[in-house]
Amino acid sequence: MTFFLQMLSNGIVVGSIYGLVALGFVLIYRSSGALNLANGEFVLFGPYICLVLMTSYNVPFYLALLGTLVVSAILGLVVERLVVRPLQHAPTISVIMATLGLASLLAGVVHMIWGHSTKTFPQVFPPTPLKLGGVIVTPVYLWSFVIVIVLLIIFTVFFKYSKMGLAMRAVADDQQAALSMGMSVKFVYAVTWSIAAMVAAIGGVLLGNISGVSPNMATIGLTVLPVVILGGLDSVLGAIVGGFLIGVIQNIAGGYLDPLVGGGLKEVVPFIIVLFILMLKPYGLFGSKGIERV
Amino acid sequence: MRNIFVRESGNYKTSYVDDMKLFGTTGEKVKIALIIGLVLLVPVFATNYWVGLLTLCVISSIGAIGLNILTGFTGQISIGVGAFLGVGGYTSAIITSTMGLSFWISLPLAGLITAIVGGIFGLPALRLKGLYLAIATLAAQVVILFIISRWTSVTGGTAGMVLSRPSIGSFTFSSNISYYYLSVVILLITVLYATNLLRTRVGRAFLAVRDRDIAAQIMGINLFRYKVLAFAVSSFFVGIAGALLGHYTMIVSPELYSTTVSIEYLAMILIGGLGSVLGSILGAVFITLLPVGLGTFVDMVVVYFPDLYSLLSAFKEFAFGLVIILFLIFEPGGLAHIWLNIKKYFKLWPFSY
Repeated sequence: MTFFLQMLSNGIVVGSIYGLVALGFVLIYRSSGALNLANGEFVLFGPYICLVLMTSYNVPFYLALLGTLVVSAILGLVVERLVVRPLQHAPTISVIMATLGLASLLAGVVHMIWGHSTKTFPQVFPPTPLKLGGVIVTPVYLWSFVIVIVLLIIFTVFFKYSKMGLAMRAVADDQQAALSMGMSVKFVYAVTWSIAAMVAAIGGVLLGNISGVSPNMATIGLTVLPVVILGGLDSVLGAIVGGFLIGVIQNIAGGYLDPLVGGGLKEVVPFIIVLFILMLKPYGLFGSKGIERV
Repeated sequence: MRNIFVRESGNYKTSYVDDMKLFGTTGEKVKIALIIGLVLLVPVFATNYWVGLLTLCVISSIGAIGLNILTGFTGQISIGVGAFLGVGGYTSAIITSTMGLSFWISLPLAGLITAIVGGIFGLPALRLKGLYLAIATLAAQVVILFIISRWTSVTGGTAGMVLSRPSIGSFTFSSNISYYYLSVVILLITVLYATNLLRTRVGRAFLAVRDRDIAAQIMGINLFRYKVLAFAVSSFFVGIAGALLGHYTMIVSPELYSTTVSIEYLAMILIGGLGSVLGSILGAVFITLLPVGLGTFVDMVVVYFPDLYSLLSAFKEFAFGLVIILFLIFEPGGLAHIWLNIKKYFKLWPFSY
């Protein structure tokens, strides 16, 4: 039972980070209808910048995080301006391919600057593990969970009440109508991409705190795809619920079934789930159904 | 003066049969014979290293044409080519190395089995399109690779399997040159098939599905049949390419078929030109030779940046991504479109208006 609870809590924590990264996907999909397969590389950039600020310039964590967010926002803006906007009216496959190319390009930049080795994050959270009812939880995990929840609440409120959030929803709903109401769709796109990059960076910093900073972190960009498919590509709530579900299922399946198949199941289970979801309920749990007319 | 670049001086076709002809004029036949002759003559003046590289180009061309049948002709996006290459390679490895059968039996079987696997993973295509299909094929890639690397008793797990070069009687295709000729012959058959496919009922159905699948369905095209068929036909060629590649490198192992390979193949057909057989070949050659070209480039500038060698792999990644993005933004039609433009320019030369 303890083992189960341990797997469950691990799953919830990992799932919360999945939810956060998935949120970046959903934001971009909702506003511009593009699937950002370079999201994993966005995740990669954040912790490296944070790390450089903290170790080379001795900036305290909170300021470093702030700096990371600024740099990430700029990264998102640059990507939107140089790659996404020229392809605004291109077919789906071009956009997918462009983000794949972008992923390769960004990964190349990261490898050129920081190399392939794993770097440990300086201690930010206290290292002594806590015991919650027989389950061992390290403070990093707990903090990640709390931060993710707070961010998710902020985003929900942002979308519901702020002017920018409303504008983003309007653009996602109907670009033409939004344009005719005098909204700058370009500006909304730019803001969306920079917010998505910032969200990814936060996810990356938390992940870096948990398991060290290495180029392998970019794989989360692909692992999160099942999350958005499960939740529905255009649903913020879906991203969060999907994140927790995938995180928990992945950890429990990995914990119980890995010895049977010889390991590595953790990475595959989400994709097996995806195949089933796509066959049974292609628009996910909370996604809106597309209606097509000839 | 007669313009030497123009073989046809107008459109004088009087029947559909004429219009659909594979080789319209004698000039075209001569041109194609010349190109084939040139390709076959390459080993005479190329070094062994270059023949090896060109063999890789030829094999990738077969795979790229296969993918283009699916993505370019039928409009179904697939990010799972890498795994299908793997299915082809492993099938051939199991048939030749484990069962001890001949390469000439295993090659078509590799194609067929990959076609079946491709067809199965193509089933979701009936309900999914665009982004969703891309993710489904990506999932297929991950799941297939997992099965390959965990099914140790059959596939040898992560260690992979060893293959041998094919042979006829006492002659073995062990040299690079002989293998080059073998691959070229298979590529020619593939090209002939793919160009002919477009002239058939099935090919036209593929194009209709690509342009608007619901409209195609209303016109009586069985979507389910043609989508699965497209996946199967495409996977057949990808499987053949995988088997050829396996016998060429003489090893198959899971990491040779990662997502990166799938992305490279997608890049080939996008840079080459979607829906163009010529484009698939141009793109395959371009992407296969890109790392070599970058290596030469780094050799030249290494004098100024001494630490560039250590960054070579990262630099290749960077350049690969950059090339894809630049092509998508500035030349979405790909290399095939560039080639067409050059031809057009010379057709009207020197009065290009």
